[in-house]
Amino acid sequence: MTRLTGPAVTGGAAGSPPGRRNAGRRTNRWLAQAGWRHLVAVLAVVFSLFPIVFVLSAALNPLGTLSSTDLVPTDGVSFGNVRELFARTAFERWFLNSLLIAGLASLASVALSALAAYAFSRMRFRGRRTGLLSLLLIQMFPQFLAIVAIFLIFTTITDLWPGLGFNTPWGLFLLYMGGALGVNTWLMKGFFDTLPRELDESATMDGATHAQVFFRIMLPLVAPILAVTGLLAFIGTINEFLMANVFLTDTDSKTLAVGMYGMLQGNERNNNFGMFAAATLLTAIPTVLVFQVLQRYIVSGLTAGAVKG
Amino acid sequence: MSTSLSGPGSTQAPGREPVGSRPPRRRTARDHAPITVTGLAVKVVLLGLVAGIAIWAAFPLVEAEKWVGLALLAATTVGLFYLYLTRRHVPAKYLVPGTLFLIAFQVFPVLYTASTAFTNFGDGHRGSKDDAIVAIQTASVKQVPGSAEYALSVATEGDPATGPLVFLVTDPATGGVSVGDADGLRRLDPGEVTVAPGGKVTAADGYTVLTFGQSSARSQEITELVVPTDGGALRSAGLSRAYEGKAVRAYDAGCDCIRDAETGRTWAADESTGSFVAADGERLAQGWKVGVGLRNFTRVLTDDHISGPFLGTLIWNFAFALGSTAGTFLLGTFVALTLHSPRMRGTNLYRVLLILPYAMPSFAMLLVWRDMFNTDFGLVNGLFGLSVNWFGQEWSARAAVLLVQLWLGYPYMFLVATGALQAIPRELTEATSVDGASPWQSFRSVTLPLLLVALSPLLISSFAYNFNNFNAIYLTTEGGPFPADNPTNGATDLLITYTYRLAFGGQGAEFGFAAAISIFIFAIVAVVSAVSFRRTRKQEEVYA
Repeated sequence: MTRLTGPAVTGGAAGSPPGRRNAGRRTNRWLAQAGWRHLVAVLAVVFSLFPIVFVLSAALNPLGTLSSTDLVPTDGVSFGNVRELFARTAFERWFLNSLLIAGLASLASVALSALAAYAFSRMRFRGRRTGLLSLLLIQMFPQFLAIVAIFLIFTTITDLWPGLGFNTPWGLFLLYMGGALGVNTWLMKGFFDTLPRELDESATMDGATHAQVFFRIMLPLVAPILAVTGLLAFIGTINEFLMANVFLTDTDSKTLAVGMYGMLQGNERNNNFGMFAAATLLTAIPTVLVFQVLQRYIVSGLTAGAVKG
Repeated sequence: MSTSLSGPGSTQAPGREPVGSRPPRRRTARDHAPITVTGLAVKVVLLGLVAGIAIWAAFPLVEAEKWVGLALLAATTVGLFYLYLTRRHVPAKYLVPGTLFLIAFQVFPVLYTASTAFTNFGDGHRGSKDDAIVAIQTASVKQVPGSAEYALSVATEGDPATGPLVFLVTDPATGGVSVGDADGLRRLDPGEVTVAPGGKVTAADGYTVLTFGQSSARSQEITELVVPTDGGALRSAGLSRAYEGKAVRAYDAGCDCIRDAETGRTWAADESTGSFVAADGERLAQGWKVGVGLRNFTRVLTDDHISGPFLGTLIWNFAFALGSTAGTFLLGTFVALTLHSPRMRGTNLYRVLLILPYAMPSFAMLLVWRDMFNTDFGLVNGLFGLSVNWFGQEWSARAAVLLVQLWLGYPYMFLVATGALQAIPRELTEATSVDGASPWQSFRSVTLPLLLVALSPLLISSFAYNFNNFNAIYLTTEGGPFPADNPTNGATDLLITYTYRLAFGGQGAEFGFAAAISIFIFAIVAVVSAVSFRRTRKQEEVYA
């Protein structure tokens, strides 16, 4: 942190004294106003990218071990790690499982919390305040400490309905739905609050039902926050490790987080590093794609939701 | 406004069109809201789906005779039908779907966990007193002279590699075949089994007999399987013989104690701790679950082995959460401010590159960072020519963990701060510079306060998130380095990783105690968040 801010401040100070000659003055002005900004930006980019470059280098390293990996590939480049990844592990299954669970869970949780946020933002009813506060409170209990209880619940569920039990994507999906309300609802409610009430009031006066107001008028207007919560939910689910680790023990039912964690366990930690790095890069692809698709909404969605809590 | 939405709309019959002949005075929009064809179709389909799922779910419940579950299922289904067919309770129509999941998979488990905080639930204290007695008796089964011997086949009703094991044994005297598991021995119909000469069962209807290779792969499980019988219990001796041994220890209802028939030693039941204790204080490993009141909570404060490290962990936990939040906020905002200038070119490119860490899978990058800090062949030591054991020393481990958090978290703050800066009207800063303020002054008195107002809710939630950031520690240092005298509480442990180790760690699970600590965590986070939310002036709008 200090390493990064340091040069920036001195850069700004060095640029401030006015130059004596004309050309020098122009350079100095550029330095004072934009040059140091580029310096900071480049330093920040270096800080952001070097671990990613390291992962890339490890993924292309033909030896595929941690100890032989440098920041830039020195021993040549090969795609052996990727081939090995698909040959030796059930990576494609993990990948599909993760996409399925994260995709479904983020869509469903956006839908559930949009419904709830609409009610909290636009309607007045008994228990509204209590409901909002309890959502916040429940969220603060470290949910995974309930894992013993969850384990017992799902043992029963596995006995009764094996299709929803351990080692199934549907069971994990149900479990994630438990956390669908919570923070997302607050973020969305903040965004709903910023929309002028006249919109839905006039629609109501024109004879629209509450459902029409929600689906036809509100939803298109809150698209940015839907994109943001969807993205946050997607990233959160793809990265969720703990619940999934307890829940999924069959090789074929694992998600990326669980499966890849297993790659670096025990003695294999050094040897599998190249494979792991290749898997990391492949895992980033869906997130980056979702990010690119939703990008134009994201900045506006995040801040507008943030302003209103 | 509010009454028109949630008010009683059902008093008047719903009309398809606003009909002119109706008296106009009670024409609130709700009463005349038309029933659209699509709306109706969606409703029918969804309710049909609910009914279908309910029927599908009901069969196993009936089969297993879980009447309470069936009643709950029926009540929920009827409730859903009522809710979406009536015109009243409009807010509930929107809240119920999410709330159902919330109650089933979050509220209920949390309440259950919280209730275990007042018990000694954990390894050795899982079931009832009767369970404990059975466990003690069967565990003490020994082969005694004259024990009956049986031919044994190991079988399962499920997959040969993972399914629950049963014993198929043939009584040498009668030739009858019985099936046994941890619940006891059950006679099988002779027509359903095939017995080889010598008494070994080779096939039984409904069971898969394990081959020798499959059995030996699971030999440990086979050794541990004890089938209680009337006179003692059945255990395996090797993979093809079983003996019926005698329980050396037995429960004596007269003295409410366990008596060892060989040594004569007794262990008296102690109802307050849920265990059998001998006169000299020795405890049997198998106990039962009892309520212990507030003892788990007082133990945190009074037990020196726990309270000392606990305070240190608490302080580090606060430092970690504050440091992560403040670090990411400062760096993110600083970079956002730097890029936020009309003279800057190429900001879009910088932006895309800067937020790349946010798009990388964080669990994987945490593991990558862990290996970059590796002493022998990690990148950090390699680049700077050092040989520091980063995770081996208290302070370097803490610094490393914070650096990783900074890397993971600042792109998000950068993104948010950029958005917030763009939302601040340029006229404001221009006006201050017209009034003669220096750039620093205008930043101090205009930009920063507006930025803080916009970001403070995010800062609070970031703090709350990092306070319990399990992955950040567990996937990097795993809580270490540990002091030599205390292997349960390391220098970078957060309360949550510490609790996780208590609950699921190697030294025997202490669910009750772990639950007590999670209630502590919950209280701390809730209080901190409540205080900070109160301090942000946004509160009125939030609750408005």
